[in-house]
Amino acid sequence: MNHRINDFIVRFANVNGTGSASANYLFAKTIFRMGIPVTPKNIFPSNIQGLPTWYEVRVSEKCYLGRREGIDLMVSVNPQSMAKDVQSVKEGGYFIYDSTKKLSPEYYREGINYLGIPMMEMANVAFEDPRKRQLLKNIIYVGALVRLLAMDDAVIRTLIEEQFEGKKALVEANFAALSLGMKYVEEHFDYPLDFSLEKRELLNGKILVDGNTACGLGAVFGGATVMAWYPITPSTSVAEAFEKYCKQYRKDESGENKFAIVQAEDELAAMGMVIGGNWNGARAFTATSGPGISLMSEFLGLAYFAEVPAVLIDVQRAGPSTGMPTRTQQSDLLAAAFASHGDTKHILLFPASPSECFEMTAASFDLAEQLQTPVIIMTDLDLGMNDHVSEPFEWNAGRKYKRGKVLTADDLEEIGKFGRYLDSDGDGIPYRTYPGTHPTKGAFFTRGTSKDEYAAYTEDGAAYKRNMDRLIKKWETAKTMVPAAEINISGSSNAIGILFFGTSSFSSEEARDLLAEEEIAVDSIRIKAFPFGSDVVEFVENHGTLFVIEQNRDAQMRKMLLMELDCNPKKLVPVLNYDGMPITADAIKKQITNYLNQKNSTSHELSQTTV
Amino acid sequence: MSYLKPQFSHPRLPKNKLGYTLKEYEGSLSTLCAGCGHDSISAAIVRACYELDIEPHLVAKISGIGCSSKTPTYFLGNSHGFNSVHGRMPSVATGANMANKDLVYFGVSGDGDSASIGMGQLVHVIRRNLNMVYVVMNNGCYGLTKGQDSATADLGSKNKSGAINPFQAIDLASLAIELGASFVGQSFSGDKQQLIPLLKAAIRHQGFAFLNVISPCVTFNNNPGSTKSYDYVREHIEATSAKDLVPMKNEISVDYEAGTSTPVAMHDDSEIQLNKLARDWDPEDRLSAVNALQKARMEEEILTGLLYVNSDWKDLHRTLNTAKTPLNQLKEEDLNPGTKVLDQINESFR
Repeated sequence: MNHRINDFIVRFANVNGTGSASANYLFAKTIFRMGIPVTPKNIFPSNIQGLPTWYEVRVSEKCYLGRREGIDLMVSVNPQSMAKDVQSVKEGGYFIYDSTKKLSPEYYREGINYLGIPMMEMANVAFEDPRKRQLLKNIIYVGALVRLLAMDDAVIRTLIEEQFEGKKALVEANFAALSLGMKYVEEHFDYPLDFSLEKRELLNGKILVDGNTACGLGAVFGGATVMAWYPITPSTSVAEAFEKYCKQYRKDESGENKFAIVQAEDELAAMGMVIGGNWNGARAFTATSGPGISLMSEFLGLAYFAEVPAVLIDVQRAGPSTGMPTRTQQSDLLAAAFASHGDTKHILLFPASPSECFEMTAASFDLAEQLQTPVIIMTDLDLGMNDHVSEPFEWNAGRKYKRGKVLTADDLEEIGKFGRYLDSDGDGIPYRTYPGTHPTKGAFFTRGTSKDEYAAYTEDGAAYKRNMDRLIKKWETAKTMVPAAEINISGSSNAIGILFFGTSSFSSEEARDLLAEEEIAVDSIRIKAFPFGSDVVEFVENHGTLFVIEQNRDAQMRKMLLMELDCNPKKLVPVLNYDGMPITADAIKKQITNYLNQKNSTSHELSQTTV
Repeated sequence: MSYLKPQFSHPRLPKNKLGYTLKEYEGSLSTLCAGCGHDSISAAIVRACYELDIEPHLVAKISGIGCSSKTPTYFLGNSHGFNSVHGRMPSVATGANMANKDLVYFGVSGDGDSASIGMGQLVHVIRRNLNMVYVVMNNGCYGLTKGQDSATADLGSKNKSGAINPFQAIDLASLAIELGASFVGQSFSGDKQQLIPLLKAAIRHQGFAFLNVISPCVTFNNNPGSTKSYDYVREHIEATSAKDLVPMKNEISVDYEAGTSTPVAMHDDSEIQLNKLARDWDPEDRLSAVNALQKARMEEEILTGLLYVNSDWKDLHRTLNTAKTPLNQLKEEDLNPGTKVLDQINESFR
């Protein structure tokens, strides 16, 4: 068998709450430090302690960062899930288990290799403290992997030293556990396995970070001062990151905070606070997930009609209720785009990497203030809570915040009569004032609808319609301001395209390569925003068949394209995944080739018989 | 319809210290029913702000939905206002206050807006001790949807169609004290002698000031048998206190008999003079305030005046330790950690 370098998948099967997360992270980070692209994914239950949890690490020399099926190596330390874990190993793959107790015969399976390591026994002999035994047992299996996969043990030791900086005893205990695992492999198995690691320099300054941290940091750099939030997985760590960085970088000389964070009583209140803060001239934001979007809907509509900026980070998850919501999905698109009653539409941004989470969050405050409307950042659990290899965060020195059309006291002195909802510039965007600007000019009463251009109360239908038409003009302006799509043209003339966004991007790009290997060349477009700009319109027009790849049941992006672009529904073919796991390149390729095969056969031979 | 008030005013209208007449504190003409209690409360707010020499543009008025929530249009026309969504005024006020701690915040709500749909937000804004004046214009019914009972309608009260309310009333003033509101007053829209000083004290209070003002609905809840009618309230009111707010270092002689008044110090060193009548409780003692309210309820009396005040509790900004400069005035150089810091952060993820 060929020896594979830097191309395999390891899955760890653990019990939630046993300290496995940091050991597994140590494994992934070591590979990252070896300069090799790596994608770790946490598959966790809605539980604090006791239920099965998995950590899957894909290593890819070609820098494919999406999930892939087929586990080459399973590290099984959870008896609860062992039966299923044995079955999930690829033919010819490896199954590492704790051989302190004899493996039950029901777990034997033909075609895979069993590597028993008495981890618990080794930990019990070597360490006294029971809690430490549990934690260091995890490091013992990492030690075994160091040898089995030819990891750089100097790198991993450095990482341990960094993690436990200043705690000498802990560093030594971890080193000891690591050596135990390594030694056991040296004495009992052939190593390395037929797939292993080799140092590379493929990462060129890239970073390994999760999207939620990037969003929180983006809000700090973007000038957010007010945050209101309600705890909900998978968005909570956005608030935590914002708070952490604010505490580090947003104190003034006297130790007072240049930020205010309130844990609200629910998502309604969180959104209300965001609207109040923005109305009063602060950059305010919140983070939530699907259920929060539902609860915030009324307020989102108010902000749309009252033209108050707002930034909302939606870390999407499988819905509804509890349990599956610790899995990922892209299923809030319609709920977010059209949140609320009446004719409402909201601006959505679709980041696909932590660096985009950072940049889009920072830029969303500019966009929201320039357009005086809510901007919703559509990330998801996969991007938000898993570490991703990403371009580093960037911020140009001297970059200014774009605060939009806000009148100062001096402006108010000059302009004559102030009309809050007057379209003076023809772009549908009116001028606003913050409370407290001028003693006698510029004050106005903010309400949803029922107002004229001067913000006076009216129920006159003509005034209502004028306002609604101006809002649509503003929507057209927004199309020219949102981030452009990323387009990749294959050069083929077959007019087949694939369209994707957010976390479907990694696997979609890989699928594009897989299709090319089978001589199906496709153009691709990665959408970064709703409403769609002219680049998206053009791409859709120029392709006879366009596969719309997304992670939800109802092909929500496809529906939004149909609604906004009014194109032929038949040419937009849905490619879907909605089992809660991130979409894979194989699944995309399979759905696309199936469709193409079927279409070809249907149109050539079976068109008369299949209806 | 939109009504504009005539611009004409008497040239010799008295002016306050800022040189403003009452005119500068008024709003648009009310579109509420003639005789609505809410209009009297609006007038009291105008008067209180005028007398306290408050810059109108340094006030923000925020409301929910309902007849009461329409009133911010009818006072302080030079202030920004926000008619938000039903029951959610407290959260909008919280966000606004976080953004700029230097304005005076008026939250205007009704009994439907506060005691039903917005109960959750009311409870939590109290808990945070947000520095604001929260006025409930309480008429025991839903006026804008034509007179349904609200959650503050008293058990046994008869509405206009003759139906008797079968449910216990939510007593907002007791609730506010119980939850730890740092300033709780109760008043009647028809008693401006009491309402104006109470409003002034509420404005000066550094923290959450809650005012439950009985404000009869002339159209839907002013009938015999209603416990929120003008006649009923006038008969059962037990006006107790709040003769005037005495600003710091300001010699205003107050008309009270020695021995019947208690000065209560406010956070900014002004004092409110409490005129104690029949009731005997200490407004700085929560327990005695709650007892007085319960006792009055048993006797079918409506206790009005300043019921409870505590000037020591920290308001939200002090709890959050926010900077002296309002957050909405901070610029890039105050907020952005800069490129070098970002490089360090990047390094921590390598």
